[in-house]
Amino acid sequence: MDAMTPAGDYRTSYRADMTIMATRNSRIALAVGIVLACAAPFVLDGYMLDLLINIGIFGIAALGLNILVGFTGQISIGHAAFFGFGAFASAYFHEHGVAVALAIPLAGIATAVVGLVFGLPAARLKGLYLAIATLVAQYILEDFFARAQWFTGGVAGRMTEPPSLAGWVAGRPESYFYVVLVAVIVMFGAAANLMRTRDGRALIAVRDHYLSAEMMGINLAYYRMLSFGIASFYAGIAGALYAHYRLFVSVEAFTILFSIQFLGMVIIGGLGSIAGSLMGAAFMVLLPEVVEGLANLLTGSAIDRALRLGASISFLREMAIGAAIIVFLVFEPDGLARRWRLIKAYWKLYPYSH
Amino acid sequence: MLLPLILNGLIVGALYGVVAMSFVLIYKASQVVNFAQGEFLLVGAWVCWWFLTDWQMPFWMGFLFTLAFMTCFGIILQVVVLRPLIGEPVISVIMATVGLSIFFQALMKWIFGVFAKPFPPIFSAQSVDILGLQVQPVYLLSLGISLFIMAGFGWFFTASKHGLAMRATAFDQQVAQSLGISVPKVFAMSWAISAVVSAVAGVVVGVVNGVSSALSFYGIKVFPAVILGGLDSVVGAVLGGLVIGVLENVAQYVDAEWLHWGNMYAIAPFYALVIILMIKPYGLFGTRNIERV
Repeated sequence: MDAMTPAGDYRTSYRADMTIMATRNSRIALAVGIVLACAAPFVLDGYMLDLLINIGIFGIAALGLNILVGFTGQISIGHAAFFGFGAFASAYFHEHGVAVALAIPLAGIATAVVGLVFGLPAARLKGLYLAIATLVAQYILEDFFARAQWFTGGVAGRMTEPPSLAGWVAGRPESYFYVVLVAVIVMFGAAANLMRTRDGRALIAVRDHYLSAEMMGINLAYYRMLSFGIASFYAGIAGALYAHYRLFVSVEAFTILFSIQFLGMVIIGGLGSIAGSLMGAAFMVLLPEVVEGLANLLTGSAIDRALRLGASISFLREMAIGAAIIVFLVFEPDGLARRWRLIKAYWKLYPYSH
Repeated sequence: MLLPLILNGLIVGALYGVVAMSFVLIYKASQVVNFAQGEFLLVGAWVCWWFLTDWQMPFWMGFLFTLAFMTCFGIILQVVVLRPLIGEPVISVIMATVGLSIFFQALMKWIFGVFAKPFPPIFSAQSVDILGLQVQPVYLLSLGISLFIMAGFGWFFTASKHGLAMRATAFDQQVAQSLGISVPKVFAMSWAISAVVSAVAGVVVGVVNGVSSALSFYGIKVFPAVILGGLDSVVGAVLGGLVIGVLENVAQYVDAEWLHWGNMYAIAPFYALVIILMIKPYGLFGTRNIERV
């Protein structure tokens, strides 16, 4: 079920078995997808591009969280704090004379270092203790943001600039879209690649059965820390991309709700699925839009007046996020990635579905 | 200057202890870490407020209706959301309660608005004189209720049939089942009791400070308390609550006098939590079943 490959597709070498894209069709589909994405700024309007950019940025952060939660079996309820740290770090580096193109990866590395510091307990704790530890990390980092004026600009927040390369400034959604697209391709490619290396398989082994993993010579503490570091790195990169897109980073933006949203993306997309992270991000970005659209449909009607829909749209969005997480956990714990596999399998096997 | 702070810390800490106890109750009985504990306080306080203001009920009646409502609320949550997740990995269960938490927080904001609303006055006396300290009667009531609930828990777990059944289930589900204890019932009951007790704490805080979404922060403050006391120890929860209550007041005092960092009242318990997790993750009274690597 996991890998639905067409009949006759026998893998005759380890190399073939390890490829990321198993069939020619999937390779073609990926290439077509990237070409279509490149064409998007010419077709779509600013609003749609804004959504796509958000999906890309949050998708990168969600992928980092998925490496931690879905692939290593650790949990983090403080991902938004690391995302925020990356945003502030990149803005800070840029203000001190580092070009944006360099500040973004630097911010990723800085966030990874911070993540490793908070990952120290992660090397020893697991499950619910880790959940509580990362929840605390969220509050401590939020407090740090409000306190560290030199780093975050304090209550006023921090302004920053869009990336520019040899006179070409990516200040508008049409141009910034390409920046995000490149980042998405690089980061998702890196993650897909990571999962077929020794380190990636070690992470999965830690998730599946940590005792067996340890018996096979996997250093548990090292790999738990490593996965925390990778997750923070991805969060930092995504945060930096976010900062140079919004051009303003506010201290209040990176709340616990944001962290929960990231966890929601991972769960809805599918734990342990790389493509699922992007699907989950898309779901989480589009869900508030859909809720708002539904509320707008009812504007002026009796239901709207009775329930004060228009004035409380932000609460409705939060409720939708919470409800989506619960519904997926109860009815579709493997997320959209599994649903997508089932749809593909249905068409592949049609009309003999059994 | 320090004495009133410590007294205040003990009163608030007793409330933390009560909430921590109801948190531990759920964890012991059904191995669920409830990240939505603060929302129990929130929902309970708002529902009680609604009965008292919109329905103009006398306090005792509104309070009883609130308790009845919270019993149903706890059972429904357990049956609808948590029961399907039995046997799922711990991450999924944690996520489900996190989802519940933001859902009910937003729901309460939607229904009752974002601004704090005061309870109608319950006591006529403004303050009582104890040992030269002016104390509001609601604080005394709060302390009294906390002690009463703690004593009630003590009796429930040592003498009552249901309490013993719950302890047996916490000890070993299979053995409990083979002795004729209905495990699903015990789960539902633990959620109901936890919701009711938390709601009482929520009403008390609401009477003192007014009802607002800040109430749900008690659910977060519970973590330092339960980790300090040990996740599965009721006594530890009470003690942890008291310690955290005093700690945050003392931290604020120290900060105001010497450090001037600001915000220590809210953040000091979390630093304490990190330190506890590093040194003694199973807490003072917890069972040492955490596997270190």
